[in-house]
Amino acid sequence: MLLGDEAIAQAAIDAGISGIFAYPGTPSTEITEYVQQSKEAKEKGIRSDWAANEKTAMEASLGMSYAGKRSMVCMKHVGLNVAADAFINSAITGANGGMIVVAADDPSMHSSQNEQDSRFYAKFSFIPVLEPSSQQEAYDMVHYGFDLSEKYKIPVMLRITTRLAHSRSGVVRTTPRPQNEIKLPENLRQFVLLPSIARKQYRELLDNQVFFEKASAEGGFNAYIDGPDKSMGIIACGLAFNYLMENYPDRTVPYPVLKLAQYPMPEDMVRKLYDTCDTLLVLEDGYPIVEEMIKGFLNLGKQVKGRLDGTVPRTGELNPNIVAASLGMENTTGMPVPDLVAGRPPSLCNGCPHIDSFNAMNEALEKWAKGRVFSDIGCYTLGAFKPYEAINTCVDMGASVTMAKGAADAGLHPAVAVIGDSTFTHSGITGLLDCVNDNTPVTIIILDNATTAMTGGQKSSALNRIEEICQGVGVHPDHIRVLKPLRKHHEANEQVCKEEFEYKGVSVIIPRRECIQTLNKRMRQKFAEKKKNEKK
Amino acid sequence: MKKDIILAGVGGQGILSIAATIGMAAVDHGLYLKQAEVHGMSQRGGDVQSHLRISDKEVASDLIPQGRADMILSVEPMESLRYLPYLSPEGWLITNAKPFINIPEYPDVEVILSEIRKVKNHIVIDADTIAKEMGSVKAANMVMLGAAAPFLEMDYSWLEQSVRNLFGRKGEEVVSFNLDALKAGLEAGEKYRKA
Repeated sequence: MLLGDEAIAQAAIDAGISGIFAYPGTPSTEITEYVQQSKEAKEKGIRSDWAANEKTAMEASLGMSYAGKRSMVCMKHVGLNVAADAFINSAITGANGGMIVVAADDPSMHSSQNEQDSRFYAKFSFIPVLEPSSQQEAYDMVHYGFDLSEKYKIPVMLRITTRLAHSRSGVVRTTPRPQNEIKLPENLRQFVLLPSIARKQYRELLDNQVFFEKASAEGGFNAYIDGPDKSMGIIACGLAFNYLMENYPDRTVPYPVLKLAQYPMPEDMVRKLYDTCDTLLVLEDGYPIVEEMIKGFLNLGKQVKGRLDGTVPRTGELNPNIVAASLGMENTTGMPVPDLVAGRPPSLCNGCPHIDSFNAMNEALEKWAKGRVFSDIGCYTLGAFKPYEAINTCVDMGASVTMAKGAADAGLHPAVAVIGDSTFTHSGITGLLDCVNDNTPVTIIILDNATTAMTGGQKSSALNRIEEICQGVGVHPDHIRVLKPLRKHHEANEQVCKEEFEYKGVSVIIPRRECIQTLNKRMRQKFAEKKKNEKK
Repeated sequence: MKKDIILAGVGGQGILSIAATIGMAAVDHGLYLKQAEVHGMSQRGGDVQSHLRISDKEVASDLIPQGRADMILSVEPMESLRYLPYLSPEGWLITNAKPFINIPEYPDVEVILSEIRKVKNHIVIDADTIAKEMGSVKAANMVMLGAAAPFLEMDYSWLEQSVRNLFGRKGEEVVSFNLDALKAGLEAGEKYRKA
């Protein structure tokens, strides 16, 4: 019984990867965690530690591919923004050892700030995409994807969504393959993107599109399933295929169906459906990319239904009921939710160190008007809600530091940034360097709970080195202040905050106390071990 | 055979252990299964749910369609109501009576219980108290699973075996404690139905 994420991880181990590279991000985190915890992976010497961010992960993965070995790099959809420079150029360099980029999208924004569709990135960079409809298909696609990658010397994207990432099902494994030996690229200029070389390689990438499309038609994941009623043809991408089938208990759809799971889209299959049917319905999770491509800007052809014409809601993930409605079927539903049911948003845990940090900061800021705290991505983003209402921005990893800087440059004082330890090493250090170079009057509060908490307590790259990093970047040691965020230190902590908010230069405050979740977990393990030893 | 179950609760209450126990019993006896979970932000004290689908035929969707669930099994009373649109008219709502209050505007518990009683087939037991009396409130989820056991179309022994498999690593003491909790839940559920 594997999660979609775990099926991908097991497949990567079985397909002979030598390394997996990632920064934690829901819903992709469990892929790398599975490899980290796998005994098999350890025996095979597969490297799997967390990277500082998605860009460093992507580049390291490309480096492993350069050396001829298979590698996988995993991230959530917005992580691909961070890695985009490396990703798009990796399509021009191409791969050497097989390379798969897993992009985990989050339609409905269960745990994200947007619902961007990674298939656009793949189209933008001209690389093939695999989009599994089940855990088993995810497993099989990893094997296939490495073959495709090595055959055409191209990185391949595996695009999943939250629903598949976090849903379990049985998976049948195939025979494990050995890892590749080190083998450098035949052409030692393949990875040198000087204009003269890049122009040639870009041309080759474009020429290869026809082969990628042929692979889509022949790969076995896309399927044309005929049906007697030609009044409508249905294109069902990835998981949408399951929601479609759910609405036909005997699994027979009266309309012709194109199950789409590999891109670039196979033109012959799409054309056959278009020519055969009176109208088309496109079912896809994420943005309407397939719908847009088929419809075209002027919509001169047959009627194409989907997210753009309102047949399917424009936003949010699909489900069996939405698909039933798009097919014009009568939907079932149970009793309505009683009005008394109150929302239960996520909140900071009891005993969370961030609570004490926010209380001290809020009181220190009381003499100024509200709205001067720039924050970031992590558990502490929940400080935007009542009772704290402590932060005023959350945009992208690291933006707290640089947005505070920009506001300070505009004359706002004090301007405060609140960022977690792991987010700081992910993307905050370069922003701090900008502040130091400009001697910008900002205070950066680095909440150090010694872990990447929101995604479940992964190891933070910042562990035990935040002061050294800040000093190395050039923050004056007198203005690097470490606090212990506890109720009993509240007055003292508030005083430190006040002093640094008044200061007209770069200051860093580090409230340091371990995440209550990882602490509890550690204590439980310790207790269990103690009990075990007592028995012996 | 087909059982579509919505498991409901608050992040950290252990609904995934219930799912794992039922899931393992199903798979060990050759049934197909899909189980959608909630990971990430909501696990921090927010509402969480899991769609558990078991069938003797291959399961298509990871999500249960509305109005088709055979059971809502909830470890928190207000959370049991959040998923009513999923429950089929003949389905069972089985819930813990003990509220988990971590929001300021938590409704009156008596009003919640009266809403639950409007559902044709329902069982309400105080799993927290039962588990606490047995030694640890942590086993409340196994008590709830016990109450649901008669409606899963599975031999009770399948569930017992899966408790043994899942908790075996933690020693015989933990296994027998959880088996007792399962049994206590079964009995409390039966008592509720007869009353």
